[in-house]
Amino acid sequence: MTDIAHGHASSTGISNVKLGMWAFLGSECLLFGGLISTYMLYRGRVTGGPRPSQIFDIPFTSVSSFVLLMSSLTMVLAVSAAHKDDDRKTNLWLTVTALLGATFVGGQVYEFTAFYKEGLGFSTSLFGSSFYTLTGFHGVHVTVGIIMLMSLVGILKRGSVPGKKAEVVEMIGLYWHFVDIVWIIIFTLVYLIPV
Amino acid sequence: MTIDTAETADEQQHGMTDAGYIRIAIILAAITGLEVSTYYVDFGVLFLPALLIMMVIKFVMVVSYFMHLKFDNKMFSFMFYAGLVLAVGVYAAFLATFKFFIQ
Repeated sequence: MTDIAHGHASSTGISNVKLGMWAFLGSECLLFGGLISTYMLYRGRVTGGPRPSQIFDIPFTSVSSFVLLMSSLTMVLAVSAAHKDDDRKTNLWLTVTALLGATFVGGQVYEFTAFYKEGLGFSTSLFGSSFYTLTGFHGVHVTVGIIMLMSLVGILKRGSVPGKKAEVVEMIGLYWHFVDIVWIIIFTLVYLIPV
Repeated sequence: MTIDTAETADEQQHGMTDAGYIRIAIILAAITGLEVSTYYVDFGVLFLPALLIMMVIKFVMVVSYFMHLKFDNKMFSFMFYAGLVLAVGVYAAFLATFKFFIQ
């Protein structure tokens, strides 16, 4: 009963919390699928303002992508440490993950500012609108992930984690990895494939 | 010896050791390097298929190993891939209606 109340197990023998998180991530596929396909449809619609090839800085975005990819490694190391009840390493890897995520978001803010200065506003063209909506939504997801990571570090330090500690770290890890796999798709379809 | 025991226990529970995760991350970094190289090197007709294949490999590796889907209950795989397949199907049909694939 206690396990079920904490969402650790159900009559099916699998964690309710984990099942709920995977269902949520499955639904997020539909959200980002809509945003990505809208961008693919409108990326060539440039009536005014710069074209994608004129403003994209591939070396810069490649470094950002690498940073986000490596944050997935630090996140999985945090989950691994949590399963071993190693609080010090769990906090360390969670903090490193949040810092890498913040670096990525900082890069995105810099990129948006540079694009705006080059003449690509949100309503400049259909390309601009769909690009800012897609990458902006992703950036918000990363920011929410950073807030969750830092909150978790604080909660872990206070020792007031609700339910099973390793499972809480793992759930936030699943969200973080999802944000990473969405960027894997965005980086290829938006940045690397020319219009 | 203690570390070996802890690593083995961890591998039995989650399917991977920390060293395994680092190996996966190195492979992912190498694939990312290859992806970026397509921007500088002319891959000809292989450009688009190569990029899409590398994207799918990276996606599956993160989902399978970092998100543990390969080692977890198949119900989780169903929940996630059902959403993914639905999304791909719906939006492929959406793009097809706008003649995206024949432009």
